[in-house]
Amino acid sequence: MPELMQFSSDDTRSFLAILPEILMTILLLIVIYMDLFLPASRRKSVGYMAGIGMLVIGGLSWLLVPSDGLKVSEQLILGGMVRSDDLAKIFTVMVTLVGGLTCMMGMGDSRLRYKGEFYALIIIATMGASLLSSAADLVMIFISLETLSITLYVLSGFVRRPETPDATQEAFATRSAESGMKYFLFGAFTSAFLLYGLSLLYGFSGGHTNIYRIGEALASGRQDDAPIIVALMLVAVGFGFKISAVPFHFWTPDVYEGSPTPVTSFISVVSKAASFAVLTRFLLAVFPPAELVTVHIKNYSEIWVQLLSILAVITMTLGNVVALSQRNIKRLIAYSSIAQAGYTLMGVAAIATTKSGDGAAAVAYYMFMYVFTNTLFFACLILFTNATGSETIADMAGLSRRNPWLAMGITIALLSLAGIPPAAGFIGKFLLFRAAVDAGLTWLAVIGVLNAIIALYYYLVVIKVMYVDRSADDEKPIAVPAPYGFVMAASAVAILLLGTFLISPVVDWATQAGLDLFRL
Amino acid sequence: METQFSGILTGILAFPFIAAIIILFIDKEQKDVIRTIAAFATGASLILAALVFFTYDADAARTANDSLINSGTGVLAFQFVDRITWIKELGVSYQLGVDGLSAPMVLLTGLASFAGVMISWGIEDRVREFMAFFLLLVAGVYGVFISTDIFLLLFFYELAIFPMYFLIAGWGWVQLREYAAMKLTLYILIGSVIALVGILVLYFQAGAFFTNHPEELAKYPELQQVAYSFDFNHIQLAGQLGAYNEANYLGLGHGVTMARFWFPFIFLGFAVLAGIFPFHNWSPDGHVAAPTAVSMIHAGVLMKLGALTAMRLGVQLLPDGARVHLPWIIFLALTNVVYGAFIAFRQRDFKYVIGFSSVSHMGLVSLGVATMNTTGMTGAGLQMFSHGVMTALFFSCVGMVYDRAHTRDIPSLGGFIKKMPLVAVAFIIGGLVSMGMPGLSGFVAEFPIFVGLWRGVPDSILKNSNYYGIIAIAAALGIILTAAYVLRVVGQVFFGEFDEEKFPDITPIRIQDRVAIYMLTVWLIVLGVYPKIMSGMIESAVAPVVGLLTGGK
Repeated sequence: MPELMQFSSDDTRSFLAILPEILMTILLLIVIYMDLFLPASRRKSVGYMAGIGMLVIGGLSWLLVPSDGLKVSEQLILGGMVRSDDLAKIFTVMVTLVGGLTCMMGMGDSRLRYKGEFYALIIIATMGASLLSSAADLVMIFISLETLSITLYVLSGFVRRPETPDATQEAFATRSAESGMKYFLFGAFTSAFLLYGLSLLYGFSGGHTNIYRIGEALASGRQDDAPIIVALMLVAVGFGFKISAVPFHFWTPDVYEGSPTPVTSFISVVSKAASFAVLTRFLLAVFPPAELVTVHIKNYSEIWVQLLSILAVITMTLGNVVALSQRNIKRLIAYSSIAQAGYTLMGVAAIATTKSGDGAAAVAYYMFMYVFTNTLFFACLILFTNATGSETIADMAGLSRRNPWLAMGITIALLSLAGIPPAAGFIGKFLLFRAAVDAGLTWLAVIGVLNAIIALYYYLVVIKVMYVDRSADDEKPIAVPAPYGFVMAASAVAILLLGTFLISPVVDWATQAGLDLFRL
Repeated sequence: METQFSGILTGILAFPFIAAIIILFIDKEQKDVIRTIAAFATGASLILAALVFFTYDADAARTANDSLINSGTGVLAFQFVDRITWIKELGVSYQLGVDGLSAPMVLLTGLASFAGVMISWGIEDRVREFMAFFLLLVAGVYGVFISTDIFLLLFFYELAIFPMYFLIAGWGWVQLREYAAMKLTLYILIGSVIALVGILVLYFQAGAFFTNHPEELAKYPELQQVAYSFDFNHIQLAGQLGAYNEANYLGLGHGVTMARFWFPFIFLGFAVLAGIFPFHNWSPDGHVAAPTAVSMIHAGVLMKLGALTAMRLGVQLLPDGARVHLPWIIFLALTNVVYGAFIAFRQRDFKYVIGFSSVSHMGLVSLGVATMNTTGMTGAGLQMFSHGVMTALFFSCVGMVYDRAHTRDIPSLGGFIKKMPLVAVAFIIGGLVSMGMPGLSGFVAEFPIFVGLWRGVPDSILKNSNYYGIIAIAAALGIILTAAYVLRVVGQVFFGEFDEEKFPDITPIRIQDRVAIYMLTVWLIVLGVYPKIMSGMIESAVAPVVGLLTGGK
């Protein structure tokens, strides 16, 4: 009978580890206060407050949250609810920064600009995402996941019917309401699966809720395999929905298309990144490979490696192939994001067999660059949609003549998604393929690179439309308002730096995060 | 591993990169400023490239690679090395250097890119974007030639492909450009990403090998002392020590080793860019659709980038795979030579003729590589340079004619020597090079290739390579066809009756065009008259390759 995993009761560490969430709560209160008491003429400062506040919190978390590579038992704090390791930290920084950028994006959308509750919801969702990436207890996982999800359901259906009759706005409102509803129904359904899976694990492990204790209990092998595998499948459904893996992806295109664009951006990055963080942590903790537990009788890691490999192949192939035939740019990027989830799953499948933590490092780095990439893309897209009122790819014709910086922003984002240097996507994909080969999943890497080629086709088509095709509006320039200029510049610079000069520090950090998961 | 920095190669890379960024911030109406900056940047790189070429020390290279040449063991010595650790966790360093094969290629890139800017002086549509992408392309191409770290090489390789897409799709020949640009990009990237997986497999195998045998690595203090590294020499050294030779790889049978399994994927993956049959299809369409300057870089330099990378990462990295596979890959190369020439002969479109002639001539490069002897490989190296300059010249001539005549249909042209004598003379010189006329660079390149073919593969590699002689005879057919199509084009386009009514406004060529023509033509003649300027250098680089292949025997 192994000793139970112990938890740290270091108060300073506990405080610092959840400092980002504490700061976000304070910011949330400030934002609500400002929204209630500021006169309408000064409402704009609410957005600035939320956006800049979140960016500052992101910076502070990077500086203050401890990162010291201790043992698991010393990193499990607050009664084992949360593990403060580098993986949690890298994801916290990532989601907070992107949450801030999303607030800034909201300031350019006429339907969201002066609504304080929009910013408040974004902050709550970010807090949920941040907690989710460090959660180490079934209860914590479920609570933070629902904090994230429920706010996102609301945000997705955020567009209300206009007071004055306006056909376009009403159509937007209907679509938004539909997407919110759809997202909610799918989400609630899969949450139930997840919850059922978690409760099975609680029962089979003999009443533990901490995922590391469950892992040790399961590995010591006193249970039948079949129910454990059922629990694994149920959990996979729950997380599969959040990361939009096929076949749980049906909500993705509709929700992406219907939600207000800043929310789409937020769903596509923050929700996905945090879910990948928790998936990585959860699988390694609950179904650990042999070297991660002291007593090792049963090893379930091979099962989920198989499962995730297959999911990865299906997800990326289906996402890419369906994306080929899309005409609406938001739907295109929805399918592309499904494909991106497939690539990332490849990295998750590789975590069990790469002892060096390469797989987790690849996932962390990939998400780090992916959140900036999608943010850049959606920021540019909002400007385009505001100017043209259209979301079809054909209407992007001549964009490079109307505003070269906008076209270049979209190009950088798409090249990053396609994995072309010097954009960061190249290193991201490279690390994922590297992890897959390292894990002995060379066949998966081959399917991955072939998928990257399919994806390149539809990205290049969009780029071609912007640069080569002409339209009647060629001579009408598109203006870039200040907060957008900032979001675009910040994320474009981030992508280019992450792909060149900053590769080394971020990869080091991600590798550290990966190693943390493999430190007993 | 110590940090080294001579800075010349970094300078070659930096000029076009920085210029591309500066150009983006210039007002788009200041076209001449933009063109001047581009000319300055490519010119500065050209000067540095010439410096590298003329000060490359072939004797020192031969001495430094002594053990590779004589016993097939050791690490390859590069010159003008710039080396800084980049991504420590992955074993990636920013590592530049040239050997005797890449030094001429650097010079070639310099010539073609400067000439390309000169030829593009007349482009009026979105000059800013055109020049920025063009410079980015040039920087990427330089990067591939001078990277000695495989990660860095792949980084630049992919970097070079995408501006290519833009340039062709945005400024190319309207009827074909979108199709051709997409086709080119997809072909080339499919090849390279599959090769990338192969490289990763080797990287991990080498890493595992050096984890178990750190003492082998310690014998070479000039290498990075970490097990996992993307350094070319590092992965190559693991191969020499037998890391890739375990039998029954993937359960595929006794004779299959990692080296033998991955060689075709890596070699052909990069050879796609060198237009090897049956993956050559992208190239004529791409050449024809591209704007003149891009065709020049494309056929002149980019295809060599494929050939050189296939040679480096295929043959040099996996000599054992090369020994097994090159004896059949030579048939693909032969098909290139004969079939390419034959198709070129049948074309009516002036530019397609040149496009298919490139396919044919690049086949000669692959033939040279496949001989696996010093003579043939030296010929391949010379042919890469000679064909690069020649084809850049061809495309610039075609561009000048097309810009004025607005048609490329060979039978409807005629008599252009009367209006554009310099272009005609340049084209004829290029044509003679193409046919392999003695005294010009084509002869000094093709002759060693054929001699190499007659000699056949060294006995220590392949006992029975008699069929190489037959291949030489068959390949000679390609040379005859080349003479036929070149003479046909020269006769129908430049000689004959000039039709004043059909082509009323044939303006004289610009001074910039003249500069480009002179610059390229001079090299064809200099190399033809005095081949030693390059052959010694190339020989010093292929000798270690042959050493690797034969194991010094």
